[in-house]
Amino acid sequence: MTAHHRTRIDDRFAALAAEGRAALVTFITAGDPDHGTSLAILKGLPAAGADVIELGMPFTDPMADGPAIQASSLRALAAGQTLKKTLDLVREFRVSDNATPLVLMGYYNPIYSYGVERFLTDARTAGVDGLIVVDLPPEEDGELCLPALQAGLNFIRLATPTTDEKRLPAVLNNTSGFVYYVSITGITGTRAAEAASIRQALERIRAHTRLPIAVGFGVKTAAQAAAIAAHADAVVVGSALVEAIRASLDGSVASARTVGEVHGLVRSLAQGVRGARAAAAE
Amino acid sequence: MNKTAPIANTFRSGPDERGHFGNHGGRFVAETLMPLILSLEQAYNAAKVDPAFHAELDGLHKTYSGRPSPLYFAERMTEHLGGAKIYFKREELNHTGSHKINNCLGQVLLARRMGKTRIIAETGAGQHGVAVATVCARFGLPCVIYMGETDVARQKPNVFRMKLLGAEVRPVTSGSRTLKDAMNEALRDWVSNVEDTFYIIGTAAGPHPYPAMVRDFQAIIGEEARAQILEAEGRLPDALVAAVGGGSNAIGLFYPFLDERDVAIYGVEAAGRGLGTDEHAASISGGRPGVLHGNRTYLLQDEDGQIKEAHSISAGLDYPGIGPEHSWLNDVGRVKYVPITDREALAAFQSVTRLEGIIPALESAHALAYVEKLAPTMGSDRIIIANFSGRGDKDVFAVADHLGVEM
Repeated sequence: MTAHHRTRIDDRFAALAAEGRAALVTFITAGDPDHGTSLAILKGLPAAGADVIELGMPFTDPMADGPAIQASSLRALAAGQTLKKTLDLVREFRVSDNATPLVLMGYYNPIYSYGVERFLTDARTAGVDGLIVVDLPPEEDGELCLPALQAGLNFIRLATPTTDEKRLPAVLNNTSGFVYYVSITGITGTRAAEAASIRQALERIRAHTRLPIAVGFGVKTAAQAAAIAAHADAVVVGSALVEAIRASLDGSVASARTVGEVHGLVRSLAQGVRGARAAAAE
Repeated sequence: MNKTAPIANTFRSGPDERGHFGNHGGRFVAETLMPLILSLEQAYNAAKVDPAFHAELDGLHKTYSGRPSPLYFAERMTEHLGGAKIYFKREELNHTGSHKINNCLGQVLLARRMGKTRIIAETGAGQHGVAVATVCARFGLPCVIYMGETDVARQKPNVFRMKLLGAEVRPVTSGSRTLKDAMNEALRDWVSNVEDTFYIIGTAAGPHPYPAMVRDFQAIIGEEARAQILEAEGRLPDALVAAVGGGSNAIGLFYPFLDERDVAIYGVEAAGRGLGTDEHAASISGGRPGVLHGNRTYLLQDEDGQIKEAHSISAGLDYPGIGPEHSWLNDVGRVKYVPITDREALAAFQSVTRLEGIIPALESAHALAYVEKLAPTMGSDRIIIANFSGRGDKDVFAVADHLGVEM
């Protein structure tokens, strides 16, 4: 374990645990459908009810993502999004919000191309709290995970249904901030897991760690979010939000509805998440 | 680690226990796939030392796919070029028409050992797809082949062959609709069906252990060539030439010769419309190291690390990456990677067909085009072995199109 720096993620989960409710983690792709609209969506997420923000770093070949998120990446890239501009987006967001935790999520190649040292410095300066890099398993920790922890960023790892008892400790070692439990074997935005299997998985992972556990993949509605929030520490919603952006577009450009529709969906999801524990207790 | 350090004077010690060839290789995949890749590595390591596995594979090579493939002295081409003696390693004579069957037979036996009941694969030109569909028919396994929509359109004969063999061909409409996107879709399928599915990767790329495993299954090309040239000429060749997309036929020919310092080795990359243009597939000559499809290797990418589309007249070569062992062999200077353009490959396709009465695959035509450049610079006492990796039946429509002939 590397020396642990306290981040906005740690603070936010501690605060929510004290409140006795789960977090809503919202994912959007940086620069989708364009930089300005993306900034407007980003800025309004906390007020709409997002407790933690995941910001996707667009990549041409997102092999663990489904069609919705791949399409959002390609929209952002077509509109000229780059990793540098994604960090600009974080910096602009931090002007008005210094409390909401922000996690960058994506694939390794754009970071590797940017330069790991330079990326970590720039990400931290911009106000990034953590990283999720889908194609960096523990076997490649030396690449980015360890330097990131050293730089004071959380490195959030995915655990999946195929991560067995033997492997869990390796996955959890060097993980910080929270653990992201991918509730299905599959790509993002396809199907949702059974509540019972999620409960079982949560128990299994909790036996190995005290980190908060977020559950995602396939969560689309407030009811689904509520069902997961009754047991998990956080619910992640991504494809549904990205799909809401797509559905609001006028051809390939943002319409007057785009920002509002995304925030509307987040408000409804947040209601589900916030009511979950109370509903479960009744 | 209690593994002995690699011996400094060999080029055959890679990869290390983490799957790295120098700075390249590795295992860059989503967590869902990691346990599977680790168990694949275990299963492969066990098979490697199991005589029963080798006996079954050798038997299939001999009676099913037609090995050993001959080493042929290309007399007319040698005469025509007026330099080194040219030999072809005749992989195009294999069942299914290319070297791809060597690897598919190995991997399908491994899939059976692991108890997997469903096979998936990606294909560019369709040579690998046909080989996978063939072994699946042979062993009665259901099989899904991902193929870019663009490639489905330009490789119709192979698409039909795969379907005849009982495979389901799924056209991929995402991204550039070619090989890299087919590989993305195959990986997505695998992530979604890890329990019962075995992914037969066709080239010496992807996450460890694939690059080493595919190389080992293809090394039979070089092993045979080595014995055959010793028998024919009483000595080793002076040069080896093979086309490189992902690089499986090339690494198969090269590997048994890597430590023979007097054998010059050339990997031929597809330079498309020219290295100076944006339309080529030369990952080493025109790219830089990056991480894609589970490994670090030379990639065609823009300044922001976004993967660029590759272009080649040959659907089998237009992949924006290359196997990690090739990247390492380039870095250490053991293999020289050289470019051949679409135009040069097309010319060689025609000249070799006329001179030798063998129609080469467009992939192989790239290697042969380089032989046409190299042979005249060498003395008539010198020897070149070129890997004739596949036959050109599948390419005749594309070539006719380029030549402006209506069929």
